[in-house]
Amino acid sequence: MAKGVKPRVKVPKTASAGEMVTLKTLISHKMESGQRKDSDGNKIPRSIINRFVCAFNGKTVVDVEMLPAISTNPYFQFDAVIPEAGEFHFTWYDDDGSVYETKKKVEMA
Amino acid sequence: MEVTRRDTMAIGGAAVISTLIPSISVASTNELIMGITGGADAAASGIDLTAPEIAENGNTVPISVDAPGAVAVTILAAGNPLPGVATFNFGDGAGSQSATTRIRLAGTQDVIAVAKMADGSFAAVSKTVKVTIGGCGG
Repeated sequence: MAKGVKPRVKVPKTASAGEMVTLKTLISHKMESGQRKDSDGNKIPRSIINRFVCAFNGKTVVDVEMLPAISTNPYFQFDAVIPEAGEFHFTWYDDDGSVYETKKKVEMA
Repeated sequence: MEVTRRDTMAIGGAAVISTLIPSISVASTNELIMGITGGADAAASGIDLTAPEIAENGNTVPISVDAPGAVAVTILAAGNPLPGVATFNFGDGAGSQSATTRIRLAGTQDVIAVAKMADGSFAAVSKTVKVTIGGCGG
């Protein structure tokens, strides 16, 4: 597992039924592209987060496949519809097999 | 005036270069789009790509796409060592088919977004981004 990986998400605490909300996510990760070389000229192996999924009560909002051209500390902003009270489930999948997860509850206003 | 062999070469060479350069870049952009669509033509409307005209740092270039009615949007960077950037698959819970992220660009190049619509058709848009410092190491 890459060191110091910390997911951060911004989700409203409350929403009215059927409301569209904007979500922002950021995860600290160096996203080594596999293109860089170290001081001895050896290629640094690729080590990125290759997939990000956001779901609300089990319903997929967005599923992103990522390639090395995504910047360090991958940031995403997207919209979701909230039909009822529930929980957002954010999941990031690392090249090395680790999975980073975070959850956020949303209540009805 | 007599046309020498050297003149002929110069004229011919210039003509070849001027015709070759634009066709190379256009073809590669089209080829990338075709690679996603599987050879189908992509409409020019129905997708919006927002990217800065000039990016000072190629390591983090903010881009956003908006494609109403799309099920998936693929982002490509034609001038990167690996042209693929990301694919957004929108699910049932999505409020809109739009997303914002930050990408790496190796140098000045075209950023391409291809949307796959719910009815199976495609839409594509490309935008040129000037990059002052490239972002792929090396």
